[in-house]
Amino acid sequence: MLPVLSEEVVRHRIARRIAMEFEDGDVVNLGIGIPTLVSDYIPEGVRVIFQTENGVIGAGPKPPEDDLRFIGAGGRCLSVLPGGALVASDLSFGLIRGGHLDATVLGALQVDEIGNLANWWIPGKLVPGMGGAMDLVTGAKHVIVATTHTTKKGQPKLVKKCSLPLTGAKVVSLVVTEYALFRFVDGKMVLEEIAPEITEKELREITEAEYITNPDLRIMKGCEVEQDSK
Amino acid sequence: MPKKVIKPVVSAEEAVKHIKPGSSIMVGGFNYGGIPYTLVDALVEAGTSDLILIANDTAYDDVGHGKLVTRGQVKKVIASHVGLNKSTQRLFNEGKLELELVPQGSFVERIRAGGFGLGGVLTPTGVGTVYEEGKQVIEIEGRRYILELPLRADVALIRGYKADRYGNLVYFGTNRNFNPIMATAADLVIAEVDAILEVGELNPNDVVTPGILVDILVLKGDSYYASRT
Repeated sequence: MLPVLSEEVVRHRIARRIAMEFEDGDVVNLGIGIPTLVSDYIPEGVRVIFQTENGVIGAGPKPPEDDLRFIGAGGRCLSVLPGGALVASDLSFGLIRGGHLDATVLGALQVDEIGNLANWWIPGKLVPGMGGAMDLVTGAKHVIVATTHTTKKGQPKLVKKCSLPLTGAKVVSLVVTEYALFRFVDGKMVLEEIAPEITEKELREITEAEYITNPDLRIMKGCEVEQDSK
Repeated sequence: MPKKVIKPVVSAEEAVKHIKPGSSIMVGGFNYGGIPYTLVDALVEAGTSDLILIANDTAYDDVGHGKLVTRGQVKKVIASHVGLNKSTQRLFNEGKLELELVPQGSFVERIRAGGFGLGGVLTPTGVGTVYEEGKQVIEIEGRRYILELPLRADVALIRGYKADRYGNLVYFGTNRNFNPIMATAADLVIAEVDAILEVGELNPNDVVTPGILVDILVLKGDSYYASRT
């Protein structure tokens, strides 16, 4: 039986683990949802420069008083940190597509075993549009996916082949779920870390994608501090 | 006919009379930031219909140019994201609205091509996805690119912060977004601003949009979003 984790634990576990991936000076774009939480967990001493599609470089936390002239891509008010810059959309997407972003963190509807990502449209449902997602996954050096391991109905999100329309082909570098961390190495999906509550066999059962297990498989980093932070 | 050197300052109602039924319009803004609210509200009031709306997104049902869609004044939307405006999706599903979705970086490059005299732009964005279908794909040095064609409009409605009477513009915060690029790609450019200064009061070092691109100036009004953005 799989342990039931609260939504809070799931979201923060994923965000905390992704935050450990960054190095001092990395330029990173965060999508909406779980990715937004990543900025709360950047380790001490690591300066990550957050970029938003609508033109902020050096985005900081929501200020005490809202100023609607400074917003993030999701429409929430933000601050521009000292040393930051404001640019127009052409330069913002030049930075995104031109390889000037070290990483983009976004959610997923499906990721498949060769690193395809689908996260913008479920045919038959409303069409929201791709916004900046296709550019982000095309241009960022690392595409980091933050997602629950399965859908709310328990369907796998890590699949053999994406059935939904792709946002990008073979673009994913890393997938972090509440149960595991997979890295794409030479086009292959590799399990590197597993959550403490789950066995390798159980993980296989909820993961449709074929993956290789790293012989040096470790317990997912960051889970050990969850008790302290609650 | 060349543009006037000293730009006319007119009311929003007067300015939007240049937009005729069937016109294509570009409207600046990203989410609720940087939308020329006063101009858009005047266009809603005027009821001008059959518009082709070129904007990054369609805002919200009852915010900014989202209202143009909600009230059925738009026959076609070209945008990167319409997920926050339910009317856009409803009208599209009912077959009452044509919708062309473009990745945001390709959208801005198409406008740049339109304004900068380019025949198109090659971008890797969307290659290998459903977006590629029906588009020309060109391979250069082993990498595949989609050919994105230029976009222009009859009229651009943009939002600046301060203008001078020559029409030079500076921007503020995240209101900048698509406004400077749209100022390059329309036959008539109408800028809504917070303040209009005398010539010489804007430092040329600070100007983002040179006044030679701007035709008409309008002072922003006091609606909820116009006054807060």
